[in-house]
Amino acid sequence: MLQFFNVPRRDLLTFLAFSAVVLAMPLWLSPLGAAYPGLMQKFAIYAIFALGFNILFGLTGYLSFGHAAFVGVGSYTAVWSFKLLTMDVLPAMVFAVVVAGGFSLVIGYLSLRRSGIYFSILTLAFAQMCYSLAYSVLTPITNGETSLQLTLRDPRIIDTALAPRGEGLPSASILGHVFSGVEGFYFCAVMLIVGFFISQKIFSSPFGMMLRAIKSNQVRMNYTGFNTRPYALTAFVISGMYAGLAGALLAVTDPLAGAERMQWTASGEVVLMTILGGVGTLIGPVIGAWLIKYFENIFSAFNEQVLHRVFDWVPDGLEDIVVLITSKFVGEGWHLTLGLLFVLIVVFLPGGVMEGVRRIAGLFGRRGKPSSGAAMRVQPAE
Amino acid sequence: MSVAEKNIVLHVADVHKHFGGLHALSDIDLEVEEGKTHAIIGPNGAGKSTLLNVIIGKLAPSKGAVVFDGQILTGKKPHEINQMGVVRVFQTPEIFPDLSVLQNVMTPAFAKRDGAYRANIWKPLEAETEIREEAEAILEDVGLHERRDVHAGALSRGDKRRMELAMCLIQHPRLLLLDEPTAGMSRHDTNTTIDLLKKIKARGMTKVIIEHDMHVVFSLADHISVLAGGRIIAEGAPNEVRGNPKVQEAYLGGAHDLGAHSK
Repeated sequence: MLQFFNVPRRDLLTFLAFSAVVLAMPLWLSPLGAAYPGLMQKFAIYAIFALGFNILFGLTGYLSFGHAAFVGVGSYTAVWSFKLLTMDVLPAMVFAVVVAGGFSLVIGYLSLRRSGIYFSILTLAFAQMCYSLAYSVLTPITNGETSLQLTLRDPRIIDTALAPRGEGLPSASILGHVFSGVEGFYFCAVMLIVGFFISQKIFSSPFGMMLRAIKSNQVRMNYTGFNTRPYALTAFVISGMYAGLAGALLAVTDPLAGAERMQWTASGEVVLMTILGGVGTLIGPVIGAWLIKYFENIFSAFNEQVLHRVFDWVPDGLEDIVVLITSKFVGEGWHLTLGLLFVLIVVFLPGGVMEGVRRIAGLFGRRGKPSSGAAMRVQPAE
Repeated sequence: MSVAEKNIVLHVADVHKHFGGLHALSDIDLEVEEGKTHAIIGPNGAGKSTLLNVIIGKLAPSKGAVVFDGQILTGKKPHEINQMGVVRVFQTPEIFPDLSVLQNVMTPAFAKRDGAYRANIWKPLEAETEIREEAEAILEDVGLHERRDVHAGALSRGDKRRMELAMCLIQHPRLLLLDEPTAGMSRHDTNTTIDLLKKIKARGMTKVIIEHDMHVVFSLADHISVLAGGRIIAEGAPNEVRGNPKVQEAYLGGAHDLGAHSK
């Protein structure tokens, strides 16, 4: 078990730097106007989701379009743990990860019988099935379109056995300590750091190399003596468990679970995050998640009034036209901006933000001698 | 030398293969002795690839069986056949283009050591010194040690072939199947590949070489089977086969590259 903490020096430095950046979020986000707990929690949670998704999509090369289903399963499980047992987050997280792992085992086992586009379609189909189950068929369990919520009549067996019921709805707690203010964020941040550590272990392990090899040439893998399907299934289940954890944390920060969390747009979002940041790189997906959640927060908060203030300097007649056009890209229409951003990245920077970083580093490192595309892909893990 | 002393590793027993009305293989009977290099040659369309696919279990014979070390190979999955010790080199090098050369050669060593599946995330790759050293030694053998950190996709075709050979050798196969190891290569690459195969031969590894170019095999093989029209028309030591009029006719009448390096 000690081997678990056997980490190469370079990885250790990356890990420490990453932890510092995550824990210092309230500091460096405040000049950007994003240092409030609700948003920072989202940063941490969606980064966990993207980290796990990258193990399947980035390392193994299987593009799933249904991973939001596992987030939803994680949320429902966590809320049920709150309702039935206790408001403590630890059992809620454990159950969520285990149940999401179970779902991903079944869905992964069936979907991995195919590869390429057929695999993607299968995962999408399963996720849509989960969505409609949650939305209508399983209403007694999921509470349908009104979302699963805490009520005053919840049994909470463990909590009520330990202490008398308080007034009003309880909040999530850890070992008796109720989260308040920024504590919820730090809890999510610690989970993100743990998730990052495990992902880093996988990236630098022989198992990670096998996953990369599967992505690179599955036929060779088979003729080399590897049974590739259990490898891919393991990657699928691990990423499903990350998604389950993310779902549980969403329920921790706001104890409610709705079916919309499982919708295909939510699955698509994590694909965008991973590609935007850099598929198959260790840190890229985290950056992608942060960028998307940050811009979502900025752009969706804009409205015409704000725009008028921004374009104050434009001559009067023109101002109305400029505001009319730009208003389509903000607020409800922020997805238009996201789509544009995505197109630009895929066309000009197919390796995502991480490729951009490498290109810039390459310019400074070896002036006048830009690194070739092949060399760039040699070391994806950083 | 009595028959009992021979140790037969691979036995292709009375194999027939037809696709609809087309008889791709008829009446094929081959025995491959341990430690020997057995070449199967023949003009284009003779059925060499079909035979290889039958041996490797990819195609089921219409009649007959392929027995390796007492076990029937037909119907087994590629990874099971590899784990039994039958390792295949492809006609177009099958490698992991996105991994480094060293990682390409280390990967098969894990299959040999850990079996078909093991989720080993505890011990970092850098701590696997034994496998790393073994891979470096083999890369030294095939002359690619200096390029070990290069992206495998960036190698030349000849280097890819040598690396693929290294990937197979690190598994210490009991039987190595080579499918046209010099196909589409320049004369220089062909010669280095032949030298390399001779080096391997000196280690006493059992090999089956499927080859179109007769010159490649004459210097390597202990035993040659000549395939034409889906049948074995001649068999024996290289010298016997070379002088055989039926072989001359098959090559000169069908294709016409007896003595010429292909492509």
